[in-house]
Amino acid sequence: MTSADFSAVLPEVVISLFAMGALLFAVYSNKDKQAPMLTWATAGLLAVIAFWIGVTGEGTTAAFGGMFIEDAFSRFAKVVILLSASAILLMSEGYMARRDLLRFEYPVLIALAAVGMMVMVSAGDLMTLYMGLELQSLSLYVVASLRRDSVKSTEAGLKYFVLGALSSGLLLYGASLTYGYAGTTLFSGIISVASEGEMSLGLLFGLVFLITGLAFKVSAVPFHMWTPDVYEGSPTPVTAFFATAPKVAAMALFARVVHDAFGGVVADWQQILALLSVLSMFLGAIAAIGQRDIKRLMAYSSIAHMGFALMGLAAGTAFGVQAMLVYMAIYVTMNIGTFAFILSMERDGQNVTDIGSLNLYSRTSPAKALAMLILLFSLAGVPPLVGFFGKYYVLLAAVEADMAWLAVAGVIASVIGAFYYLRIVYLMYFGEEGDGLDTGGSPVLGGFLMVSAAAMVLGVINLFGVEALAAAAAATLVN
Amino acid sequence: MVGLEHYLTVAAALFVIGIFGLFLNRKNVIILLMSIELILLAVNINLVAFSSFLGDLVGQVFTLFVLTVAAAEAAIGLAILVCFFRNRGTIDVEDVNVMKG
Repeated sequence: MTSADFSAVLPEVVISLFAMGALLFAVYSNKDKQAPMLTWATAGLLAVIAFWIGVTGEGTTAAFGGMFIEDAFSRFAKVVILLSASAILLMSEGYMARRDLLRFEYPVLIALAAVGMMVMVSAGDLMTLYMGLELQSLSLYVVASLRRDSVKSTEAGLKYFVLGALSSGLLLYGASLTYGYAGTTLFSGIISVASEGEMSLGLLFGLVFLITGLAFKVSAVPFHMWTPDVYEGSPTPVTAFFATAPKVAAMALFARVVHDAFGGVVADWQQILALLSVLSMFLGAIAAIGQRDIKRLMAYSSIAHMGFALMGLAAGTAFGVQAMLVYMAIYVTMNIGTFAFILSMERDGQNVTDIGSLNLYSRTSPAKALAMLILLFSLAGVPPLVGFFGKYYVLLAAVEADMAWLAVAGVIASVIGAFYYLRIVYLMYFGEEGDGLDTGGSPVLGGFLMVSAAAMVLGVINLFGVEALAAAAAATLVN
Repeated sequence: MVGLEHYLTVAAALFVIGIFGLFLNRKNVIILLMSIELILLAVNINLVAFSSFLGDLVGQVFTLFVLTVAAAEAAIGLAILVCFFRNRGTIDVEDVNVMKG
């Protein structure tokens, strides 16, 4: 019994111990000189744990009396989270070292955030949910203001902190109401209370507050206002991290709460999610048009993508969850490539984020411009690239759940959204003469860019089997 | 006789005051931190009231977790605020505006 419980949380325990050990080691040795080594070690450990979870995990374990659930769904999310965190750490090292930003706390905080996200996706109880979410959030507040001598970075951290704490407060208020009216904090207990007869008003309020708090974390409209500022102000590798792993964790947690705890009352949350989804898709597509800063642009792009992922969830079916998981896996892959490109945008060694600097980029670096073109087409959802299949699955899920209007809105929003992706392509290939960017750049970033772009083309064949894994994961969550 | 609904009313009032404090306050970031604390304490009152009403200890355990995390959260918030003050020289809410759009 006890040993089974602990073997379910072993990956989390290993990473936590590593993070604490790394912290002590760095403090008692020569501090920031160890940072590059620690970054590589953390990236390696996260990747190894991802493979460990992916290869050895099987079956469903409800550890600690059902408070921590280890199943195919949590494994799928954990593998995506750990691999993307590991990739971001590898991409950060060179960039941060050159800007004198690479402190030893950075890999430690990323590792702790990863533990928080793993706890989130395995949550089977409101307390586990809260502790995982806070471990993640507290680490992220600090990394957002990592460049502590910069006004922008500290302001980003402050804004993220205030709105993140507000969202935790809303979520907690929802959790307290849910506890009071369901009489338990266990998801398995909540679902049986919620499903029998008419759901009480208190429980409904709890559900609404929980959804509001989670919508903040996935930056769904109308709770998105922190996203552009935090993305713009944070150091670029941190922005890349924000756009990938935490989004997957928050979406997976969202799916956990609505299906594991409120799966019997789909009709009660379906409309809220559909509304969040429509608003996010349209605001993300329209507000990005006026942006000149590529990090802000990616912030709005991520808002729009979260809208599409929420569309899968709003379907309320196992296929919808599968579509959401496939969408998130594809989204993360695209974003890693895109941010590898943004990290390599430099002029005279200084990083630039203005999209005007990409004018006629294809003349100086044709290979990277082509890779970026593929990624941008994929982000826009142009067939036959992989990004199109992500959108296709969520639209199909919405149609199958009799929400054709939602699918139609999604198609319209993605056409509007295509404009700003294609404008970057236009600038790179047919723009005006201007100050170009430096050519060359780090081989690590170039490698990630090329691999991600190649995945967008080669994945067309069978999506690398992600689809079947996501189907198995969704089947464990939705019965 | 003070019943469950009285406690829930107090908690709801504190919660709403906290939310309004966050949005209407135009003066000082410290007040934002206090408002956040108020929201979390409202939640604690809710949890303890429900715990006593249901005769179930889980709510009080939850409260202890919330208290601990709230302390860590306040520490991190103040640390970020100190960094911000060093760069900007002010902690007025209206001056947290380098990025817009």
